[in-house]
Amino acid sequence: MAKTLEEINNKIRTGQVVVVTAEEMVDIVAEKGPKEASRTIDVVTTGTFGPMCSSGAMMNVGHPSPRIKLGGGQVRLNRVRAYDGLAAVDLYVGATALPDEDPRNSVFPGEFRYGGGHVIEDLVAGRRVLLEAAAYGTDCYPRRELAAWITLDEINEAYLFNPRNGYQNYNVAVNRSSRTIYTYMGTLQPQLASANYCSAGQLSPLLNDPHYRTIGLGSRIFLGGGVGYVVWQGTQHSPAAPRNEKGVPMAGAGTLAVLGDMKHMAAAWLRGASFRGYGATLIVGLGIPIPVLDEDIAAHTAVSDADIVAPVVDYSGAYPQRQPDVISRVTYADLKSGEIQVEGKTVPATPLSSYPRAKDIAETLKGWIAQGEFELTAPVQAIPGADSGMMMGPMPDNPPQTPESPQ
Amino acid sequence: MQVSHRIVLHFPRAVTGEPIIYRLAKDYGLMFNILKASVSPQEEGLMVLELSGRDTDFQHGAAYLKERGIRLQPLVQDIRKNDDRCVDCGACVGVCPTEALTLERPTMRLLFDPDKCVVCGECVPCCPVNAMELQF
Ligand code: SF4
Ligand code: SF4
Repeated sequence: MAKTLEEINNKIRTGQVVVVTAEEMVDIVAEKGPKEASRTIDVVTTGTFGPMCSSGAMMNVGHPSPRIKLGGGQVRLNRVRAYDGLAAVDLYVGATALPDEDPRNSVFPGEFRYGGGHVIEDLVAGRRVLLEAAAYGTDCYPRRELAAWITLDEINEAYLFNPRNGYQNYNVAVNRSSRTIYTYMGTLQPQLASANYCSAGQLSPLLNDPHYRTIGLGSRIFLGGGVGYVVWQGTQHSPAAPRNEKGVPMAGAGTLAVLGDMKHMAAAWLRGASFRGYGATLIVGLGIPIPVLDEDIAAHTAVSDADIVAPVVDYSGAYPQRQPDVISRVTYADLKSGEIQVEGKTVPATPLSSYPRAKDIAETLKGWIAQGEFELTAPVQAIPGADSGMMMGPMPDNPPQTPESPQ
Repeated sequence: MQVSHRIVLHFPRAVTGEPIIYRLAKDYGLMFNILKASVSPQEEGLMVLELSGRDTDFQHGAAYLKERGIRLQPLVQDIRKNDDRCVDCGACVGVCPTEALTLERPTMRLLFDPDKCVVCGECVPCCPVNAMELQF
C-alpha cells in the first residue's frame, strides 16, 4: 500500500522513521524485493560531492556610510570579480570568476589558484574577505570608492544560488590526441591513457529518482552542509535524453537549480577548487532525500552502479567541437573497478567526484532525518520530465554581419 | 667543477624511442643513474634520473635535452598528502606514473604510498584542492 509524505513526516517527528542510504537500498531491494522494501523503508538518502561550475553566492553586504551604488561600477572580493548589476549593495560571485591579474592560460596550463569558488569557501569558513569597489556616484549614493573587510556573519544575507547542480549522469572524458589535455574533467593523458568520470553513480540524487516523481520545486535538501531547496530545474535540463529500460538516462539529462542559506553551511562541504589549464570552480556537497511512497520509487532507489551507463567522449575532438560522437558506453561498476575498455584498449578510470564524501553526505542526511531534525517536503511543482520532450539545444549559428551593432 | 643533479625528464611523444640517454653519456660525458622510468612507445613519457659530470657538460646536456623538446624539472625532496585538504576525489590517480596514488576499493578513498612515489610532482598541480604538497 502506498504511503503519504505526511505519514513519513509523522514518523520523523515520532522517531519511528526508517531511513537508509541509496547505497544500502541496493542490497535491501535485492533481498526483499521492491514491494516489501517500500513497506519497511520510509526514506532513501542520496549524496554527491563534485565540482559544479554553475554555482555562486548571492549577497547583500550592507550599506556603508556614506552610501555607495555598486551597480554599474566594479566590485572585487579578494580581487575576484563579482557581478554588481543589481541594487546598491547586492552582489553575486560565481564559482569560476577570477581576479583580473590571474595570468589564466597565458602560461599554459594555468594554475587558477584562487577564484570565486575559493571566495565562497573562505566566507563559509568564517575567514574575512576584502571587498573593493569603484562606483560612479549619485546624489543618493555619493561614494565612489570602497575597501572593506566583510565576513559571512556580518553581512545581511548570503545564499548559495547554483543555477545547475546535480547532473543526472555525465560523460566519461578521454583524450584521443597525442598531447596531454587540461579540461574541466581534469588532466587527460594522451592516446586514451586515462578516463575521468564525475558522478556519484548509485548515490547520485537524480539517478535515484529518474522520473522526478519526488524531487521537484520546493524539495528540501542538504546543500553545502546546511539546508537548501530545489528552486527550479537546472540550466541545460534535458529530461528527454535517451534512457535505458529501467528509465535511467544514458547521458547527462536532468539538472537542478538549488538555493540555500550560506550562514548555515560548512567549508567541509563547499570547497574552492582549481583545475589546471581550465579554471577555478566550487566543489559542492548536495544530498537529497527520497520518500519511498510506493513500490515504483523503491525500485528506482535500488539503482546500482551496474545499471547506470555513461557515454565515453573524446575531449580532444568531439567535445570541444560540439560533435555528438560517443565512442562507447560503460557502466559505473566498470568505472569504479578502475579500468574500462575503450576501442580495445584497457584504460585506467579515475573519478573527479568524491564517492566517500557523497556517502558521508547521504549518511549525514540520514542522521538528520533519523533524529527528527529534517522533514521532507512535497514539491510544489514537478520539474519537466521525459514526456516534456525538453532537450538542451546548441547556440544558433548566427554571427553578426560586419559592421553591425547590437542595436 | 663536478656536479650531480637529480632531475625529472618529461618526454613529448615524438622523442620517446630516441637514444637520448645514450647521447648524454657519449656526447656530453655525463654519468647517469635511472631511478624510475615510465616511457612507452607512442605516449608521453617520464624519467627520473641522476646525472653527474662536469658542470659545463651538464649545462650542455641540459640544453640538448631542451632542444629535443624534453622538459626538465629538478627533483624535489619529498611529497606529502595533506589529509585535512584531500577530499578523496581521485583526480590525481590518473596522472601519477607509478601507482603511488591509488583508490582503495570499494571505499574509493585515496591511498598514498610514499615508497612508490618518485616525487615527479605531477600530482601537485593536478589536485584541485592543493592537497598534495611539495616539501623542499
Ligand atoms: S609526486 Fe605525485 S604523481 Fe609523482 S609519483 Fe609521487 S605521488 Fe605520483
Ligand atoms: S586530487 Fe587531491 S583531493 Fe583529489 S584525491 Fe588526489 S590528493 Fe585528494
